[in-house]
Amino acid sequence: MAVMNMVQAINSALDVKLADDPSVIVFGEDAGLEGGVFRVTEGLQQKYGEKRVFDTPLAESIIVGSGVGMAINGLRPVCEIQFDGFMYPAFNQIISHAARMRLRSRGTYSVPMVIRAPYGGGIRALEHHSESMEALYAHIPGLKVVIPATPYDAKGLLISAIEDNDPVIFFEPKKIYRAIKQEVPEGEYRIKIGKAAILQEGDQLTVVAYGAMIRTVQQALQKAKKDGLSVELIDLRTIYPMDADTIINSVKKTGRLLVAHEAPRSFGPAAEIIALVNEEAFLHLEAPPARVTGMDTVVPLPKGEDLYFPDADRVYDAIKRTIDF
Amino acid sequence: MVTTRASTKYMTEEQAMLFNAFDPLSGKRLQVMDEKGDIVDAKWMPDLPDSKVVEAYKVMLYARIADTKSVSYQRQGRLYTLPSNMGQEAAAVGSAMALEKIDWMVPAYRELGAWLVKGATMLHYFLYFGGSEEGSRYPEGTRLLPVSVPISSQLCHAAGIAHAAKYRGDREVVITYFGDGGSSQGDFHEASNWAAVYELPVIFFCNNNGYAISLRRDKQTKSKTIAQKAIAYGMPGIQVDGNDFFAVYRATHEAAKNARDGNGPSLIEAVTYRRGSHTTSDDPTRYRSADEEKAWEAKDPMIRLRKYLEKKKLWDEDREKKHIEEATSDIDRQFKQFEATAAPTVEDIFKYQFDEMPDSLKKQMVELRNFINRKEG
Repeated sequence: MAVMNMVQAINSALDVKLADDPSVIVFGEDAGLEGGVFRVTEGLQQKYGEKRVFDTPLAESIIVGSGVGMAINGLRPVCEIQFDGFMYPAFNQIISHAARMRLRSRGTYSVPMVIRAPYGGGIRALEHHSESMEALYAHIPGLKVVIPATPYDAKGLLISAIEDNDPVIFFEPKKIYRAIKQEVPEGEYRIKIGKAAILQEGDQLTVVAYGAMIRTVQQALQKAKKDGLSVELIDLRTIYPMDADTIINSVKKTGRLLVAHEAPRSFGPAAEIIALVNEEAFLHLEAPPARVTGMDTVVPLPKGEDLYFPDADRVYDAIKRTIDF
Repeated sequence: MVTTRASTKYMTEEQAMLFNAFDPLSGKRLQVMDEKGDIVDAKWMPDLPDSKVVEAYKVMLYARIADTKSVSYQRQGRLYTLPSNMGQEAAAVGSAMALEKIDWMVPAYRELGAWLVKGATMLHYFLYFGGSEEGSRYPEGTRLLPVSVPISSQLCHAAGIAHAAKYRGDREVVITYFGDGGSSQGDFHEASNWAAVYELPVIFFCNNNGYAISLRRDKQTKSKTIAQKAIAYGMPGIQVDGNDFFAVYRATHEAAKNARDGNGPSLIEAVTYRRGSHTTSDDPTRYRSADEEKAWEAKDPMIRLRKYLEKKKLWDEDREKKHIEEATSDIDRQFKQFEATAAPTVEDIFKYQFDEMPDSLKKQMVELRNFINRKEG
């Protein structure tokens, strides 16, 4: 088995599917010749040719919109939007068409497409390069939203996303693109979309997180362990469809819930998870469900971003307060 | 000497002739048949057997009757909001008939005649504008996409469908429709640019019907023609008399041939007039004059094609009456079938959202069904 970071693991997933299925094509701004601004598609054009891995004009709406058409006509397009902050010009195509074509046509046409985008904060970037807007997409009927936290999961989830018969928004936490290295099989394997992972078992508190926030929570849990606190950590992996059973069963056991994400608080994923737990495990709760999140403000530019994103100390504080309630 | 544009350099001489003769900057518009039904430019008369022209007229007349009946059904509360196609039948039928069965059609929402040629039925139309997604369930292999409401967004899908066809090396061509208003949308620009860059087999067919709801064409764009916008993308463009069946057919036929030969996209601007309202919710008297409407009535596409056929002894009053009777009874039969169609069930509204229904959606479906069962006792 090879040791890979997330960039390499995603590249490997694309490689596996390009080799395996001639209907898979990969494209995006700078995604061909130079392999993307983060080099995620590096070497793929050289290996599979310009017909299958190509650079596109600088136009997000048609990148997604042509993908809708390609999918209708039998391909499995995997398109890259250079940064999640540049997805908004394609919003109409994603919401008005990709997410609706199957239902609109009563199943005559479907859109098996993956929209990949580097996502989230923490890399000291320019404006529009640090947001976490997964709730926008998770709210749209017809979309699946996947956010991996490790190289291994990224590869297995992306292979599943490419094979999925419906559109998948695949957000790649850019903060941990190269931060984590892990043994990853070179061949094909799948991680089921819609299935969370329990990363650590515990019985006093359930922490739900995903993406780059998993690493932050794990740092906080090291301190919690020293303090003798027993915490269960769930990596959601898929925002929609959400693995409700894993969350509910865990909260029934621990009696407490904390959700951590970078995204702004109001109407964010934590709100949905807390509502779910209130509906399904209300009588098991021993403390009010808590959330550690980004703020309802625009993400500050780099000088201020450390104040905005939850760090291990903020997560630890919330863990402690929830257990001590 | 005719200058050959970069965008026409790949064409055969015959194809290039038409697009060069009606270069968008020349101010010329292709018209083969005038308002009296006389052939005024025989050079560009398409090579069609008489039977095909009669067939085209019959479809146009059928669409006109269906359109008129639909507007009246809407007024009676038996259909929901719908966009009339009256006055645009030559553009719809002429363009659709120039295509082959393997070709794709990516519509906006005002091309009834084109959909009928492509294989949709009035039952589909009634179901759709009667409020059911079942109206977009076309038979397998029809290669007609459902109505696209967000203006010009469908042009991107046409480019993508063509991209897949070219990728596989298939011969299929894609036609997509939009309006004069749609030419202002970003997706018109992005799709035109994309199709030209990858040399995709797409026909961008603009129904310039004079108005985008209330906004006049001259306030929509400063360009003299919409056809000339093609030049900026490096593709051929042509403006045609959209009420002249022969001009529409010929231009689409050449564009399709060119696309099928691997020479990429083209843009056709069909100058026509929406004789009805934008939709049944619109009141055109607020933005246009009765005089203007009257002037366009004289240019109606049905009138001139009928005159042409009558002069050639291919049509007469008896045949007109007979066809109206047959069309009316066929449309009535399908409207009855529509009104007898069962309303959607709870399952129907859930089961097409995803290929495999997520558990959370199953839960919502069961909750809704249980509530309805409780309510109905």
